[in-house]
Order: sequence, then C-alpha cells, then structure tokens
Amino acid sequence: MQAQLATIVQQLINGITLGSMYALVALGYTLVYGILLMINFAHSEMFMVGAYVGLFTLTGLTNPHLVGGLAAFFKGSGFGLVILFALVFVVAMIAVGCLGMLVERFAYRPLRNAPRLAPLISAIGVSIFLQNAVLLWVNTMALPFPQVFPVKEITIYGSAQVSTLQIFILVTVIILLTALDTFVARTRMGKAMRATSQDREAAGLMGIDINRVITFTFFIGPALGAVAGIFNGMYYGVVLWNMGFIPGIKSFTAAVLGGIGNLRGAILGGFLLGIVESLASGFLSTGYKDVVAFIVLILVLIFRPGGLLGESVVEKV
Amino acid sequence: MAIVEATNATMQFGGLKAVNDVSIHIDEGEIVALIGPNGAGKTTMFNMLTGIYKPTSGVLAFNGVSVAGKKPHQICKMGIARTFQNIRLFANMTTLENVMMGRHTRSTAGPWQAILRGPGFKREEQRTTDEAAKWLRFVGLIGQANELAKNLPYGQQRRLEIARALATEPKLLLLDEPAAGMNTRESADLTKLVGRIRKTGVTVLLIEHDMKVVMDIADRIYVLDFGELIAEGKPVEIQRNPKVIEAYLGKGAEAMLAQQA
Repeated sequence: MQAQLATIVQQLINGITLGSMYALVALGYTLVYGILLMINFAHSEMFMVGAYVGLFTLTGLTNPHLVGGLAAFFKGSGFGLVILFALVFVVAMIAVGCLGMLVERFAYRPLRNAPRLAPLISAIGVSIFLQNAVLLWVNTMALPFPQVFPVKEITIYGSAQVSTLQIFILVTVIILLTALDTFVARTRMGKAMRATSQDREAAGLMGIDINRVITFTFFIGPALGAVAGIFNGMYYGVVLWNMGFIPGIKSFTAAVLGGIGNLRGAILGGFLLGIVESLASGFLSTGYKDVVAFIVLILVLIFRPGGLLGESVVEKV
Repeated sequence: MAIVEATNATMQFGGLKAVNDVSIHIDEGEIVALIGPNGAGKTTMFNMLTGIYKPTSGVLAFNGVSVAGKKPHQICKMGIARTFQNIRLFANMTTLENVMMGRHTRSTAGPWQAILRGPGFKREEQRTTDEAAKWLRFVGLIGQANELAKNLPYGQQRRLEIARALATEPKLLLLDEPAAGMNTRESADLTKLVGRIRKTGVTVLLIEHDMKVVMDIADRIYVLDFGELIAEGKPVEIQRNPKVIEAYLGKGAEAMLAQQA
C-alpha cells in the first residue's frame, strides 16, 4: 500500500516536470493560433533548435579553449552556475525567437490572405526544412547534454524522490508563465495581442499595428519553446535532430485539451497531459503512456469539443 | 475645407463593380449620410476609406493625403475611426478595456516601462484610463465600465463601439448603420449623440437605413445604387428626388405616391 502511494507520488512529480515542458511548448501553439487561427507545425522545431543552441552555448561557455578563465568561474561556484544558465537560456531564447520571426516573415506572411490550408502546408515544409538543416549540419548522432547542473535526489516519501533539476525546471516554468500572464494582461503590447486575437480587423482600425503584434507573437512563442527544449536536453541528457516531433505533437494535444487559443488552457492542458502520461507509465506500462494520453484527448474532444477552458466557438460569419 | 475628397473612386471584385466612379466630398464639421438599397456599395466605400480595400482606380484623399495602400492602423493614426455594421467589439474585454484599446496609437509605453512601473508609465496609464472613462461618460456607459462587452445589451454595445472609435481621437468618424436594430427611443438618443459628437469638432459620415435618423441629423446625403452615385443633396431634396424613390421602391412608385397625395 505504502509502496503504491510512493509510486503515485513519484509519478506525480515526474508528471509535473514533464507537464511543465508541455505547457511551455503548448503556449507557443496557442499564442499563434489565437492570433492567426493557424497551427504552426514548425513550432516543434523551435523546441529542437532551442535545445541545440542551448547545448552549444553551454559547451562553448564551459570550454577553457574558447573562454579561458571564465570556464572555471562558470563551473566553479554557485554564483557562476547561475550566470552560466541565465546566459544559456537568454541566448537560446533570443536566437530561437529571431528564428521564429524569420519563419513568420518569409514562410507565413506572404500567405496571410491565402486559403487556410496554404500556411499549414508551408509550416510543415518549414518543419521538414529545419529538421534536415540541423541533420546536415550536426549529423544524425545524438549529442550528449553535459551534466553541468548539480543534480541531487531528495527523498520525500517512501521511495519517492524529487531531483534538484526537477525543482529547477518547475520553478523556472512557473516564473515564465507568471511573467507571460502579467505581460498579456498588463502591457500595451499584451493588450494589443488580446485585441488582435479577438478581432484582427477591428484591432487594426483601432490603431494597432497588426504585423508588429504578429511578429512579436512569433518571438515569444518560439522563445518559450526554446526553454522547454533546453530543459528536455538537461532532463533526458541527449539532444537529437528529431527530438521535437513527439513532444511537439504532445504539446499541441495539450493546447487542444485546454482549449486552443486560451493561454491558461494551454498551461492546464500541459500539466494534465504530463501527469496522466506519467501515471499511465507508472501503473500500466511505459508502452501505454501515449495511448492513455491520446484517449484523454479523444474523450475531452467528444464531451467538450472546445477544450477544457475553451468556449464553444460560434462559427464566424 | 474638404476633409474627405473621393475622386472617381472605383472598387472592382472580378466582374462586379461594387463602387463605380464615385466622387464625393465632405467638409470639416459636416454630418453626411450615405444611403442606398442593400448592396449599393456603401460599406465598400467605408472599407476603402479605412484601408481594408485598396481602390481599383480613382483617388480617396483624407485631408489632402491619399489613403490608398495605407494600413488600417496608419489610417487610424491619420484620424479616421469607424464602427461596424455587425458589432465588432473585443467581446472578452470589459467595457473600459475596449475603450482603452482605442487609446493604443495615442500612448507609447513599452514592456520595460510596464515592468518597472515608473512615474511616467503610471501617469500614462492614468491618462489612458481617464480618457477612456471620459468617453464612456460621453456615451452614457460609465456605469457599465467593468462589464464584459459581450454581456452588454445590443443598444449599449453600439454605443460602446462609438466610444471606442472616439477614443482614437479621430477627425472623421464613420458610422456603419448605428441605428440598426434600435427601437424609436434608442434611435432618438442616437441622433442626439451624433449631434454631440459633431459639437466636439468631429466630422461624421454615416450609413443608415433608418430614414428618420438620416433626415434628422444629416446636413447632406449621398445616394448610391448598384455602386453608382445617383443623387446628392439636402435631406428635403433627396426625399423628393424621383431617382431615389425609384431605387428604393421600384419604377412606377413615384406615380403611385403622387396619386395617393
């Protein structure tokens, strides 16, 4: 009995960690969908590219041949580590955010007024292009993600443990989610994003520069995706050219589960999916975790087609 | 001085000329009505003026500057604001927030100011809120400031759209069927509201089917039919114009009206 309870606790901890990564990526899908009513299938590649940029920044900054004495400083002390990870995340977020803006500018904007299928296909094209570009550049081998972060296991209940890395991931995600929520609620740009997602044309006529809002959305979403990519690399220890595909689909599922277009829905969907998946792999078998995750999605879509927090949207005239 | 000058404006969709060779002018401070049967091209005129459509040929100038090819937000900045035939509020924002959105072009704070919340940011935010409240008071919705826009009754939603448009500080306000779906009392209130808008120095161009409203407030009327301008003049002239009666009621109607009289 106690052993079983410990398994539940352990799987909840794993699920929350996994779910926080899904939530970050799901936000990218939901932000873009909210504003353009388009599913950005290239978003999973932002996750993957983010992991690579993070990995290269990390190895570069800890390589004494490149940065000399700084490497020792970064790895030597707690303070150095904080600076090191802050740099890794900031560099990856900016780089991937810019990549997202470029993709929007060249692959989606020319198709803004085309039938809705066209940008969708373009997004799939971008996804394949980015995967193959990385494949050519880095090759097919999985790269190990160096274990720079001091991972310690803390026993909390029976055999259930939580690692310092899991705590770090969860805390960072909560900070980012709160920041995004405040940004959208409070700032001028955030309000412009909300207005644009509710009625793009009316927003333009109220003086909002729609293209700027869209460009900005394509910076924020991918930047959050990049953070999730780095976490994924740190958590599983490897970075691979096709690592974005499955988490991308799962996160998209999470966004739909919560109600696509709804920011808090994406967060809820992400955590829920992560927890359900972990419990399934703890109690059934790892092989069934995807099956259970998608059964949940199907059930939600049957009984609440708009998602958990989504409204049942009336077809626009 | 003419605030709007449209010269031979034409808007073609495939084989259909929605607006055909229309020339109109509106002087500063006027209230001008654009009327005509359904599909006459009235809303198309609005869409050309606000940058949603680019005219196929002809020139539409606002204060002497052509609006063709300008983005809607740039046109808003130039001083044109509008409401919509089918209400297009930001449904999930409050009444006050909707009007504050109208202040977007007239405010400047970026994300850093919002995070630091310095005195300059707070002052601007206060000013935005004050301005928005001022316009809510103007249209009589201050009591509903914190209601979600989608929960307002229809007539109030119409007035909220007007407040939101006024908050952009326009020189020209385009109203697309403001009295649609209103009862007699509501449309009488609306007539008064438009009069008060004119007093603030805003020029008004409106599309309206409610002839009582049009005859009460318009200084001049333009009549469109099948994309062509068929008449122009003061309300009393338009009421008597045989071409207008024909467009609205069909051929022979004039004779019938004359018999009845």
